[in-house]
Amino acid sequence: MDSSPTIWRVETRTRASMAFAAVVVLLVILGFAAPLFLSRGAIRDLFFILTMLVLAQNWNLLAGYAGLVSVGQQAFVGFGGYAMFAAVALWRLDPMPAILLAGVAAFLLGIPTAFFTFRLQGAYFAIGTWVIAEVVRLVMAEWRTLGGGTGTSLPFGAVHHMWGVKSVERLFGVRAPEAGDILAYWLALLLVIATIGFIYGLLRSKRGLGLTAVRDNLQAARAVGVDPTRMKALVYLAASFLTGLAGALIYIQKGRIAPDAAFSVIDWTAYVIFIVVIGGIGTIEGPIVGVIVFFILQNTLADYGSWYLMLLGLIGVGVMLFAPRGLWGLFADRTGIQLFPIRRSLRSGPTIRTSKGV
Amino acid sequence: MIWLDTIVQGVLLGGLYALFAAGLSLVFGIMRLVNLAHGDLIVLAAFLILVLVTALGLNPFLAALVALPIMFVVGWLLQFFVFNRTLGDDILPPLLVTFGLSIVIQNGLLETFSADSRRIGTGALANQSVSLGGVHVGLMPLLTFLSAIAVIVALNQLFYRTALGRAFRATSDDAVTAGLMGVEPKRLFATATGIAMIVVTIAALYLGTRANFDPSIGPARLIYAFEAVIIGGLGSFWGTLFGGMIIGVAQTFGAAFNPAWQILAGHIAFLLVLLVRPRGLFPRAVD
Repeated sequence: MDSSPTIWRVETRTRASMAFAAVVVLLVILGFAAPLFLSRGAIRDLFFILTMLVLAQNWNLLAGYAGLVSVGQQAFVGFGGYAMFAAVALWRLDPMPAILLAGVAAFLLGIPTAFFTFRLQGAYFAIGTWVIAEVVRLVMAEWRTLGGGTGTSLPFGAVHHMWGVKSVERLFGVRAPEAGDILAYWLALLLVIATIGFIYGLLRSKRGLGLTAVRDNLQAARAVGVDPTRMKALVYLAASFLTGLAGALIYIQKGRIAPDAAFSVIDWTAYVIFIVVIGGIGTIEGPIVGVIVFFILQNTLADYGSWYLMLLGLIGVGVMLFAPRGLWGLFADRTGIQLFPIRRSLRSGPTIRTSKGV
Repeated sequence: MIWLDTIVQGVLLGGLYALFAAGLSLVFGIMRLVNLAHGDLIVLAAFLILVLVTALGLNPFLAALVALPIMFVVGWLLQFFVFNRTLGDDILPPLLVTFGLSIVIQNGLLETFSADSRRIGTGALANQSVSLGGVHVGLMPLLTFLSAIAVIVALNQLFYRTALGRAFRATSDDAVTAGLMGVEPKRLFATATGIAMIVVTIAALYLGTRANFDPSIGPARLIYAFEAVIIGGLGSFWGTLFGGMIIGVAQTFGAAFNPAWQILAGHIAFLLVLLVRPRGLFPRAVD
């Protein structure tokens, strides 16, 4: 018998996740270096994928972890975009701080939105968020100095003179528009890293445990002292902030904003829902798989217009009915691999080598 | 007088919204299913009526009568083979499946009928009006409102006077116990959605004859319908009618100040009710 006390640790690491962590570091370095060897078109595609991934991760955090099924995330995309436009076009701010300002604006919009929609449960909540998004759209359409219902463009050259564009121009020997694309891409990459980092950090923390507890059993979670409303509000506001940042970034790249497109339920919520559902809801890996599938589908089928959307809808319905945990869920069930493990396991210090299969 | 006129027009408009909402209210009341494709199913029914009118040269009201059993079957099959699979404690599957269905219907209609605005012609009926105590109201809006009342009365009769209604109420209260008493929830739910589709068809008749419609307008109808249901309170059909009237009056008042504010005013009225009475004005069922 060993008399020395065993030191127990709570861990979420698995062998796959440790190997994957190394791959992630490599991917991030590769991601930042991508403008060196990829064409401008490819960088723009990657930008699209990354921004959709941010939206998907946030929606997944809301619906998959906090049980807040929102159909109104377009409110924060559009509001973020509009706040950035206002800061750049009306107040002559540099786009870079304007993006941050847009995130704060979306966060502030999240407060009254949560105040109203948190009175609603489940399906009510879903349509409540949609109503709020419609209200924000209609109000923005009345903002005459930003073009009202027809929208407006960023002032000429605003993005070309953005902080950092000059350095990128010199660094890569490219012209201002391309340098703007590269910079926007880097910002999107940073945002993806920050979003996934935040969500993963949250889920591994004590609060994350509380959040999952609330999702799985509200009464039991309450009984052990988790305040569900506080948890949900925290998640909702964080998602508002990050979604607003993504919205601002998307509209830096687009350079033109109009209420119908900026608050489009199809572009910013339907696509995002399909990405998460197809990839696998309730996992961090799911949206990553989903966004790749989505991009491939879009590139091969975009010419078919509404057939494409119909197919996407059918795939979404099919996955929800027959494989509700999505592609990643199917894969993870077969292999047991988790790249972002959040399942806690108890391990003692010295005996770790004998505890195979934990 | 302009005030009275605005209120009357708003109340009549509310009748249309109550028709949009009654089917939603029925399905939600019985099985707690929120059908996000509800608005698109209304538009689908409107296109069905349009096809019957143009292809067979039927009168729109007769065409709607022909469409009723078709839509009933559509609703029955949808519920039996698709929606029933999603019911349970988790609210995610029904929401996502109906949301997906909404996208499928919208784009299916877009592919079949293009994005052009359509209207179901009613001939001379469209422009006729009657005078009610000094306020002139269109015959079609009046007919819509009366139909809404008829639908609400019929649904209440069905709910509280028939064996089917008793089974509906029992399943709504406790599906498991109702099952022990010989009710088969799956078929019952399918029948409920079928009946909701009958209401949807009636709503579609007035949607299509009173204004232009195109494949993209479904979601907005869903939102009005949903607002009416929430304002009225869960499980109360008369509440739903009242909710529709509040949205209608708010919209006509908004439009009277500034045409751009019509829709916004309806939403704001909804949010105000939500602020004061989160469970609606006449809640009956407990969610």
